[in-house]
Amino acid sequence: MTDASVPQNVAPPPAEVEDVELYHAHSWITKYVFCQDAKVIAIQYAGTAITVGILALVLSWVIRLQLAFPGAIPFIDAQVYYQSVTMHGMIMVVYMLTAIFLGGFGNYLIPLMVGARDMVFPYVNMLSYWVYLIATLVLVASYFFPGGPTGAGWTLYPPQSILTGTPGHEWGIILMLASLILFIIGFTMGGLNYVVTVLQARTRGMTLMRMPLTVWGIFAAAVMALLAFPGLFVACVMLLLDRTLGTSFFVPSIVELGEHKEYVGGSPILFQHLFWFFGHPEVYIVALPAFGIVSDLISVHARKNIFGYRMMVWAIIAIGVLSMVVWGHHMYVSGMDPWFGFFFAVTTLAIAVPTALKVYNWVLTLWHADIHFTTPMLFALGFLVTFVNGGITGLYLGNVIVDVPLSATLFVVAHFHMVMGIAPVLVIFGAIYHWYPKITGRMMDERLGKIHFWITFLGAYAIFFPMHYLGVLGMPRRFYEMGETAFVPASATTLNIFITITALAVGFAQSIFFYNLFKSLKYGAPAGGNPWRAASLEWQTPETPPGHGNWGKQLPVVYRWPYGYSVPGAPEDYLPQNAPPVRGERSP
Amino acid sequence: MSVMGLFFIFIFTVAILWLARQGVMESPWLEEGEVAHYRRAAGAEPPPATKVALAIFLAVAGCLFSLLAAAFFMRGDAPDWQMPPIPGVLWFNTFLLAASSVALQAALVAARRADVERVKTALLIGAATAGFFLIGQMWAWRELIELKFFASSNAANAFFYLLTGVHALHLVGGLVALARTTDKVRNATRITKELTTSVELCAIYWHFLLFVWLLMFAMLIGWADGFGVICRRLLS
Repeated sequence: MTDASVPQNVAPPPAEVEDVELYHAHSWITKYVFCQDAKVIAIQYAGTAITVGILALVLSWVIRLQLAFPGAIPFIDAQVYYQSVTMHGMIMVVYMLTAIFLGGFGNYLIPLMVGARDMVFPYVNMLSYWVYLIATLVLVASYFFPGGPTGAGWTLYPPQSILTGTPGHEWGIILMLASLILFIIGFTMGGLNYVVTVLQARTRGMTLMRMPLTVWGIFAAAVMALLAFPGLFVACVMLLLDRTLGTSFFVPSIVELGEHKEYVGGSPILFQHLFWFFGHPEVYIVALPAFGIVSDLISVHARKNIFGYRMMVWAIIAIGVLSMVVWGHHMYVSGMDPWFGFFFAVTTLAIAVPTALKVYNWVLTLWHADIHFTTPMLFALGFLVTFVNGGITGLYLGNVIVDVPLSATLFVVAHFHMVMGIAPVLVIFGAIYHWYPKITGRMMDERLGKIHFWITFLGAYAIFFPMHYLGVLGMPRRFYEMGETAFVPASATTLNIFITITALAVGFAQSIFFYNLFKSLKYGAPAGGNPWRAASLEWQTPETPPGHGNWGKQLPVVYRWPYGYSVPGAPEDYLPQNAPPVRGERSP
Repeated sequence: MSVMGLFFIFIFTVAILWLARQGVMESPWLEEGEVAHYRRAAGAEPPPATKVALAIFLAVAGCLFSLLAAAFFMRGDAPDWQMPPIPGVLWFNTFLLAASSVALQAALVAARRADVERVKTALLIGAATAGFFLIGQMWAWRELIELKFFASSNAANAFFYLLTGVHALHLVGGLVALARTTDKVRNATRITKELTTSVELCAIYWHFLLFVWLLMFAMLIGWADGFGVICRRLLS
C-alpha cells in the first residue's frame, strides 16, 4: 500500500545502498583505537574534548582566583594569568565546544538519525579525529616549551601577540598557530563527511524535511564551519609568516624596546577582519547544534510534536546565512566607519528575528504539553532560560553606541559566557543524559542527574548574573590587577570573591556528573532499546548499543517525520519513523 | 570584502535554490508513506558521493582563495605596497596549466568513449604539464629571490609567494589524486564507471585550479587593480 503514494514518473532510491562497503575491524587496535566506525570516533572526539575542557575549567579557576584575591596565590603572576585567559578561551571555544558538537554528537547521531550504516568516508573520518588529537597535543605541549603558552588573549590580535612583551612569544604563539592550522585541516575532513553523509546517505523515505532538527542543526553548523574556518586558516598562516619570516601582513612599523623592528605598513585591522570572519560564525557553529538538540529533547520529553517544524528549519538556515555577515560587531571599537557600524548593527539585530522565532516555538511546544521533568528536560529548560538571558544582553551589545562603553568590561564576559558558554554546555549535559542509554545500554542515575542540574544551573547563574552588574559599574575585563581604582567600590570586591567561590564549587560539583557517568556504565539500570519512547530513527536500532553497521541486515524505511508524539488514534503515544502506516490511520 | 560578498552571493544562491528544490517548503506532518516525494526522474542516478564531496571541497577552497584575494586588496591599499616585477616564466606556466586542464578534459572525453589507451596518454600528458607548471612556479620564485625581492622586504612580495604557494600546494594535492587515478587506469583493461568518475573528478579539480590561477595571475600582474579601486570606493 505504500507504493500507492509513489507518483508514476519518479523512481524511489534503492532500499540498500550497495556501494557502501563496510569497514571491518580485524584486531583490538583497529576496533578501539584506529577505528573507522563513526560511533567509536564520536566517543574518541567527545572524550578528548571533555579532557581538554577540564583543563580549561581549571584554568578558569586560576583566572577567578586572581580576580578575587589579587596576589594571594604566589604562582599566579601576570604571565600565568594571561596565559590562562588565552588557553581557557581558545580551548573552550574551538577544542571543546566545536569538537564535541560536530565531532562528538555529529559523528554519533548523523548516521543513526538519517538511517545510514556509517559516515560516507569512514577512513577520512578516522583521519579527522587523529589530526584533531595531534592539534590538541600540540596546543597542550606549549606548556612544556620555554616561555610557556601564548598569553595573547584568545583573539591573538597582532602586533602584541608576536612581540616580546607578550608571554609565550618564543614558542607559545607558534605552537598555537600550528595547532589551529592542524585543527582546521582535521575539521575540514570531518565536516566534508558530515555534510556529504546528510546529503547522500539518507535512507529510503528520509527526505530532508523528515530529518530531526538535531541533524538539521549539525548539518547547517558543519556547512557554516566549512565556510568560516578558512578565515581563521588564512589569518593563522599569515600571522605565522609574520612571526617566523618577518613578513608584514599584519604588523605595522613598530618600535620595540627602543629598537625599530623590520615590519612596515602591516594592517592589524586586516587580522581582525579575518579572525572575526571566522569568530562570529563560530558562535553559531556552536549554537545551531545546540538549538537542534534542544528541539528534540523538548519534543521527546514533552510528548508533543515540535511546534512549527518548518519554521525551525528555515530559522536555522536564516541564522546560518545571516551569521556570515555580522562579524564587524566584534570590531566596533576598532574605529570603523560609522556606516559600517550601522550595517553590522542592522544585520546583528536582524538575527534576533529567527532566533526569537525558535524560542517562541520551543515555548509553544511546551504549552499544554505532557512535560516529564527528566534530567535531559531540565537541562533543556535550563538552556532556554540561559539562552534568552544571554541573547537579550546581545541586543544591547549589538548596538554600536551601547557596545562602545561596555566593550572592555565584564558585561561582555557575562554576555558571551551566558549565551555561548553556559547555554551550550547545558545542552551537552542534557544530550549526554538523553543519549547515554543508546550509547551504553544503561540509564544514568536520575537523582544524581537532578542534583547535578540544579547545582550547575543555579551555580552558573550565581557566577555570571552578578558579573553583568560589575560590567555596568565599569569593571574592566582582561586586567590582571585593578590596583587603586576610584570607580570600583569595595562591594565589587566582595561580589568578585562570591563569584570565585561559586565558580570553584560549581567546578568541583561536576565530579557528580563524572561519577554518574562512570558508575552507570556498570551499575546503571538496563535501558532497553527506547527508554524515552522516542520516535526518531536512532532509537529504533535492532541492537542497543547499535552494532557495527547500525541496522542489522536491512536498512530502515522511513514513513513519516520524527515528531509523531501523542498522535490521535495511534496505539501508543508515539509513532516511530520507521513503523509502517496502518490503513485508515490519520496523518501524525 | 567585496570579494567575499560576491563569493557568498554565489554560494548562498546555489544553496538556497538547491534547498528549495529539495522541498524545504513542504509540510512533513501532512505527508505520510514511504516515499513522499522523490524529485529525481526515473532512471536518473544520484551523483556519486565523491563528486558531491569534491563540489563541497571546491566551495571551501574557493572560500580560502577569496579570503586571500580580499586580504590582498585590503593590504594593497597601504602606501608601502610595491608589487614585484612579474617573472616572464609565469606566462609560460599559465600556458602549461591550461594545457594540463585541456589534457584532463581530453582524458574524460576518452574515458566516456571507453578508449583506455587514449585515457592513459591524456592523463600522463596532464600530469607532466602540471608537474612542469610546478617547476616553472619554483623557477619564478627563484628568479624573484635572486633579484632580492624577499617576502620580508615588502608585503606585496609576501603576497606573491603566499598566493602562488597556496595554489601550488592545492595542485600538489591534486597530483596525488591524479597519480592514484593514473595507477588505477594503468592496471585496467577497460574503463569502468568508477574509473570515469575518478578521471572526471580530477578534470573538475584541474579546471577549478586553472580558473583560480587565471584570477590570481590577473591580480598579480595588476589587471585587477581596477577591481581593487572599486572595492575601496565601495568601502569608503
